[in-house]
Amino acid sequence: MGSGQSDRVVDADIAERVLSRALASGGDFAEIYAERRGGTTMKIDESRIESVESGAEEGAGIRVLQDGTTYFAHVDGLDPDDLERAASEAAAALRGDRVEPRSLRAVAPSPQSIAQRPEEIPVKRKAQLLHELDERGRAEGSLIAQFVASYGEARREIAVANSEGLFTGDDRTRLRISAQAVARSDDKVETGLETLGGHRGFELFDDDPAEIAASAARRALTLLDAGPAPAGSMPVVVGGGFGGVLFHEMTGHGLEADHIQKDASVYAGKLGERVAQPLLNAYDDGCMPGEWGSDAIDDEGTPTQKTLVIEDGRLTSFLYDRVRAERDGVVSTGNGRRESFRHLPIPRMTNTYIAPGDASPEAMIGEVDKGFYAASFAGGQVDPATGDFVFGVSEGYLIEGGQVTRPCRGATLIGNCLDALEAIDAVGTDFEMKSGTCGKGGQWVPVGTGQGHVRIAAMTVGGTDL
Amino acid sequence: MRGVDVSAVDVDLAKRAVETAVANGADDAEAYAIEETRREISVYGEEVESLTAASQRGIGIRAWIGSRVGYGFGTDLSPDGLAQAAARAVSTAEAADPDEFAGPPASAGETPVVAGLSDSSASEWETAEAIELALAVERAATQADPRVAGVTQAVYVDGVERVGIAGSTGIAGEFEASTAYAYTQALAEGERSRETGLGFGLARGPAGLDPAAIGQEAAERATEMIGASKPDSRACPVILDPTVAASFVGLLGGTLGADSVQRGRSPLAERLGDEVAGEAFVLHDDGLDPGGPASSPVDGEGVPHRRTALIEEGRLRTFLYDTYAARRGGTESTGNAGRAGYRTSPSVSASNLIVTPGSLSFEDLLAEVGEGICITDVAGLHSGVNPISGVFSVGASGRVISGGELAEPVREFTIASDLVSMLRAIRAVGATARWVPFGGSVRTAPLLIDEMTISGS
Repeated sequence: MGSGQSDRVVDADIAERVLSRALASGGDFAEIYAERRGGTTMKIDESRIESVESGAEEGAGIRVLQDGTTYFAHVDGLDPDDLERAASEAAAALRGDRVEPRSLRAVAPSPQSIAQRPEEIPVKRKAQLLHELDERGRAEGSLIAQFVASYGEARREIAVANSEGLFTGDDRTRLRISAQAVARSDDKVETGLETLGGHRGFELFDDDPAEIAASAARRALTLLDAGPAPAGSMPVVVGGGFGGVLFHEMTGHGLEADHIQKDASVYAGKLGERVAQPLLNAYDDGCMPGEWGSDAIDDEGTPTQKTLVIEDGRLTSFLYDRVRAERDGVVSTGNGRRESFRHLPIPRMTNTYIAPGDASPEAMIGEVDKGFYAASFAGGQVDPATGDFVFGVSEGYLIEGGQVTRPCRGATLIGNCLDALEAIDAVGTDFEMKSGTCGKGGQWVPVGTGQGHVRIAAMTVGGTDL
Repeated sequence: MRGVDVSAVDVDLAKRAVETAVANGADDAEAYAIEETRREISVYGEEVESLTAASQRGIGIRAWIGSRVGYGFGTDLSPDGLAQAAARAVSTAEAADPDEFAGPPASAGETPVVAGLSDSSASEWETAEAIELALAVERAATQADPRVAGVTQAVYVDGVERVGIAGSTGIAGEFEASTAYAYTQALAEGERSRETGLGFGLARGPAGLDPAAIGQEAAERATEMIGASKPDSRACPVILDPTVAASFVGLLGGTLGADSVQRGRSPLAERLGDEVAGEAFVLHDDGLDPGGPASSPVDGEGVPHRRTALIEEGRLRTFLYDTYAARRGGTESTGNAGRAGYRTSPSVSASNLIVTPGSLSFEDLLAEVGEGICITDVAGLHSGVNPISGVFSVGASGRVISGGELAEPVREFTIASDLVSMLRAIRAVGATARWVPFGGSVRTAPLLIDEMTISGS
């Protein structure tokens, strides 16, 4: 009955007992999501290691589904009586007859491989890594007035057992460092940020991790020469990597099936229709090895998969969890994710990206007479129902006469999803993935975003230079 | 240990954790324990979508060894669990670099009393009554206007939290607070796509919520945006409605933290005593206001909350301090050690930020503007604002102000400025204030800003 990971978190016989308790007053489906999580974070600020924090949490969330309603309870602790208490609370509002769950059949999990477990690396080595980042960042120039870097490692061991007999689990290790540099000259202050993260062990840092510090510092220094950002509608070229947040906001959120089913997405009813130029292909892929948004299974036990969402400009799939998939009579795409055992799973992106195209970045910039180059974003936000989105540009430049010219400060891109997606008229041959954190319904989950250079024929740049 | 109630969250549990940390090698220690029960109901289409019963608890321990500080936390409140969290606090302290200003707060004397933190209706209401409240919010939204197609969901949440804090220097405090809130997002049939509008209310218990008002606000906000177009780019006077004003005041609160100031990462550094805002703008931090969602007798490290004048007559009076920043700045803590739960060590943050209301009604403010824009929503605050330089550019939507009255809706534009320029351009504060719980806890009325840059078409 052993299933490796899952029975390290909760025993199969206890899980069966708890599922039975959850269905004591009826229900179409019951599930236990049990989790053990721990991690360490620290930062360097003013060249001093501080805020070293470490903790361990464990608990479970139990849900019962009946007639479209979800009954959910969560508790801290994994003792059998903690779990049974949660099961009773979840079932408290149900009034039906007892239903027996199926016997559990263990499905062996296949977690992402981790070469060097971060918790086995001495904490001094992690502090030393941050000192290396600090030195590299500050070495970029005397105008670097402040430098802060942070380190975070987290491990989540999960088990999922449900009344259909599924019993599986995952063992997730994520590692991320970030560097923020502040450059100061006279009365000007600019910042640069860079991150490196993955579903990886300490091997993530095999290749010169301190380069992100230098890169953040160079970005801040570049922006010291920035002028005001332009205001108005113009062609925009978006850089690779974190530029992928463009597709994440503009399209990804609108494809999450919960928005679709409530007719609260501009993509509702558009499956099979052309929503972009034929040059556009895009995926959500939760099983890319080592990527920040990857897992072996989603948080309902469905194996992650590579889902083609836009093929040659046509909308080919929405992103589903179990509940929404069942409602649409399809199978889950492995996108049922949750922040922790304290949250209900909802459809979420994993690693979302625009596949490489056939344009060279130089050529797509060269064709623009007067436009804007958004080399990197600080983040973005969308209202899927209206399709209105915004992106904060962290590194932007003017494009004049086919050349990238002076840097701009304080630019925001704004637009509407359907128009902007349709307006993508060039996709670069280059490609890069970046790590980010996505918030939805009060839940934060790690997501990957990716693309090469992409050009949007017209988009509103919100600067101060009218 | 079963059969012994080791997990009751109170000051005694915190004291045991402190003793454990000291026994594990800490010179000084502090523990913050929290226990929370929460109920959440989500309805959609006159049906219950989800019903959540949640309980959570945890403890965070700070340990000081000489001038190094570390932090350990966990959900296991048994003696073993406390020992593990304490051991983590001690071992992380050993990894930190020494900092001459690190140290626990001194015993803080008299703890103030905050009346009305707990409303019994939060625990007395049956789930069926709470479901009815959520349904009433949804009905109010859908019935307010025929153009409302529905809501994405209507949510009701209530909960009670108990906190116990103790420190080896004699700090000791505990309190209980309840909260209840409800919100809904209405969908209105637009010409090209749907329009959305948020309505919300918060109180100490469900009895303090007005479901009809919450639903109607969502409906009004959604329907008033129907037919919105992109405005022309221009510089003009704007009114920030209270929800938008609160977002900016919350950002301002972050820049007033002494830690950002001391580390040269605030646009308000070196501005103490300067004129940083229009005279009409008066701002206090008040962790004791009975109506404030963030109110409690003590802050996150057990130092008594208080009322602190931050900006008066347009002048910057003080920054916000926790114990560390106060030591570093040679002053006293203002009771502004904030906690984001038990998982992170306390850090400087505002408690409740309160903007003193002015004398002008909303209509008076519109008349005062004449021609301009009333901003009713902003998007992209987390990515569009640089908290170090204060420069921002964020997405916005709202209504044109024409001839001193609200006119057509506008969307898909940005407003850009920097925090200090915006503060100095505040000409008037409206008379009607409300609590807004987004991005902190803020009570404000609408703000009239003399000029902001609008980027549209």
